[in-house]
Amino acid sequence: MDFLVVENVSKRYAAHQALTDININVPAQCIYGLLGPNGAGKTTLIRIVNQIIAPDNGRVFLNGEPLKPTHISMIGYLPEERGLYKKMKVGEQALYLAQLKGISKKEAMKKLKYWFEKFEIQAWWDKKVEELSKGMQQKIQFIVTVIHQPKFLIFDEPFSGFDPINVNLLKEEIFNLREQGATIIFSTHNMESVEELCDNIALINKSKKILEGKVRDIKKTYKANTFKLCYNDFKGNLAEILPMGFDIQSEGIDVDYRTAIIKLPKTATSNELLQPLLPHISIHSFNEILPSMNDIFITQVNGQNQTI
Amino acid sequence: MNKIWLIIKREYLTRVKKRSFIIMTVLGPLLMAGLMIVPVFIAQMSDDQKKIAVIDETGLFSGKFKTNEDVKFEYITSDLEAAKSNMKKSNWYAVLFIPKTEVAIPDKAVLYSEKQPSLSMRSYIEHSMQYEIENLKLLDVYNIDKKDLESIKSSINLTTIKISEGGTEQKSYSEISFVLGLFGGILIYFFIFMFGAQVMRGVIEEKTSRIVEIIVSSVKPFQLMMGKIIGVAFVGLTQFLLWILLTLAIYVGFSQAFPDKFTPKKHEASLNAEKTLVNVEQLSSKAAMQPGNEDLNNVIEGIHSINFMLIIGVFLFYFVGGYLLYAAMFAAIGAAVDSEADTQQFMLPVTVPLIFSIVMLQFILNNPEGPIAFWLSIIPFTSPIVMMIRIPFGISPFELLLSMGLLILGFLLTTWMAAKIYRTGILMYGKKVSYKELFKWLTYKG
Repeated sequence: MDFLVVENVSKRYAAHQALTDININVPAQCIYGLLGPNGAGKTTLIRIVNQIIAPDNGRVFLNGEPLKPTHISMIGYLPEERGLYKKMKVGEQALYLAQLKGISKKEAMKKLKYWFEKFEIQAWWDKKVEELSKGMQQKIQFIVTVIHQPKFLIFDEPFSGFDPINVNLLKEEIFNLREQGATIIFSTHNMESVEELCDNIALINKSKKILEGKVRDIKKTYKANTFKLCYNDFKGNLAEILPMGFDIQSEGIDVDYRTAIIKLPKTATSNELLQPLLPHISIHSFNEILPSMNDIFITQVNGQNQTI
Repeated sequence: MNKIWLIIKREYLTRVKKRSFIIMTVLGPLLMAGLMIVPVFIAQMSDDQKKIAVIDETGLFSGKFKTNEDVKFEYITSDLEAAKSNMKKSNWYAVLFIPKTEVAIPDKAVLYSEKQPSLSMRSYIEHSMQYEIENLKLLDVYNIDKKDLESIKSSINLTTIKISEGGTEQKSYSEISFVLGLFGGILIYFFIFMFGAQVMRGVIEEKTSRIVEIIVSSVKPFQLMMGKIIGVAFVGLTQFLLWILLTLAIYVGFSQAFPDKFTPKKHEASLNAEKTLVNVEQLSSKAAMQPGNEDLNNVIEGIHSINFMLIIGVFLFYFVGGYLLYAAMFAAIGAAVDSEADTQQFMLPVTVPLIFSIVMLQFILNNPEGPIAFWLSIIPFTSPIVMMIRIPFGISPFELLLSMGLLILGFLLTTWMAAKIYRTGILMYGKKVSYKELFKWLTYKG
């Protein structure tokens, strides 16, 4: 069952169209990447799901029910623009934010103790927030996002401002949360983390959704039947021994080997490429080049921008 | 509701625990008590008595200048030049020279001094001379003894009695009313400005520290705004209460320690509050002296029971109502800007009605029943201050209810509008906002 369903949602700010007829289905217990360039409308969509703003048209269902105020306590939201009260003490503030999520003070105290121990930051409890580094503050923000054990988590650019060690810590926690049954939306334009984390994605550009699906399927759809060949013991011209229709996109030298990137005709298989080559060259390595999410993102966004 | 309470609590506690709040709370009463006590002490500190040499060529003023605690008069016979050159040696502050004139009654005198003589000294001398000359003229020209004239003078004590529609009569005491209304109005003015600005700064702080989106994902923006406004209101009430208590404590403490210096009659001019005390005394003593009037106790009791309950009630209403009306607007301004430096352009229309009501004070006091006073006390943006000034003069219940009702409506309206601007503004970063933009925000769907 889909945990979040967004149906025909549109939102307009005076002259600016933020979202146009967006449809999104987020399966339960999956990490869902919401991708798109700056200003595409990701944050607007997230704010609608969080009931911070209301859509002009369309409906949103969470766990099968239309959005309602009580859903707020089911959601943990880490916004992109995030901060803390600078003059307030860390513990006091975490307690306050946890209580705003609707859990009792006693409960909040217990949970905070657990998380502070887990991140080994008990010593910060009585420090003022302004004394902490940005990365330290982000840890606190992460804790208050998950403190009420939400079934649904929304991370908007969660890794910005984190050092690599903390990024790994956070990734681990995100996987843990999914294991424990949470559904996670992950909004970013950092494509590396998308490939690593996301099961599904939706790509939004200029207020419209232009792509949605499982990461694996999308990659398969967008692969160009291109292979990278590493070889040596050949002095001649590779193009002369290739069958018709096989196209060398680039050639190079990699230490002791020569390399070539070859695009195959749509229906050709890798064997059809290798067979004519084998008598002439000794092959060191051979592998298919899959498009990275980054490439897909760029081609899709550019493609759409050109057609407009 | 539970969440709004959490917000109120946080807003209240963080502000009350701030060092600046504690300092202000202690300094405020010290300053206020200082304002009450210092003039008393200054009035007590008599300057050195100054000696003035009098050369009276007319001979009409001998013995007529009365020595008081500030000046002492010394009659001398030497000529002016000698007296002038002797000033230092004889320790004279000034030499008063009254030259002989052609006419029988002199009208001129010259005061020679090394320093500029004080205004009070000049008027003292002028008055002394004037009195004598008037006497002389009366005797010489009209043959009337000044004493006879004094006996003709009579003082009329005009007791003003308001007849309310129900037919009950009540005495009005415009002096007390004046001071009370003025004090209340100005207090409201300061409260709105000080704590309205605190609300605004609080909103800007939440915006610049980027915590606001974290909070509005758990509570509605309206709850956050109202929580802040109410929390700050409690801070303000706490501060004023502490100020009043501490001021009284200091004042009472001092008057206990130096009881002789705090008998009200001695320094009427020093203080408004004391002035009223004196006035009450004068009024009531006069009333008491006249047969057929209630005795002193009754009068004072009357003042207490009739005016004060109403005035305090109305004061509290306009104090809180006026603050709420403006605080929402201050919150909206805070939400619309990125830093305190950008608030200027939006502050102007908000502060103009407030400042206007203070500017119009004099006018309203002169004519508390006039059309300007009426309209200003009905319009919600000026009514908290203006009605407070008018109320002691007696306002018909209909007017009062109309004004209060409109204030509540005005509060609902500004809060509704402010909430819309607030909701959009707090999530808007790095954008210079214009009035046109603000107007558009009002139309966005929640």
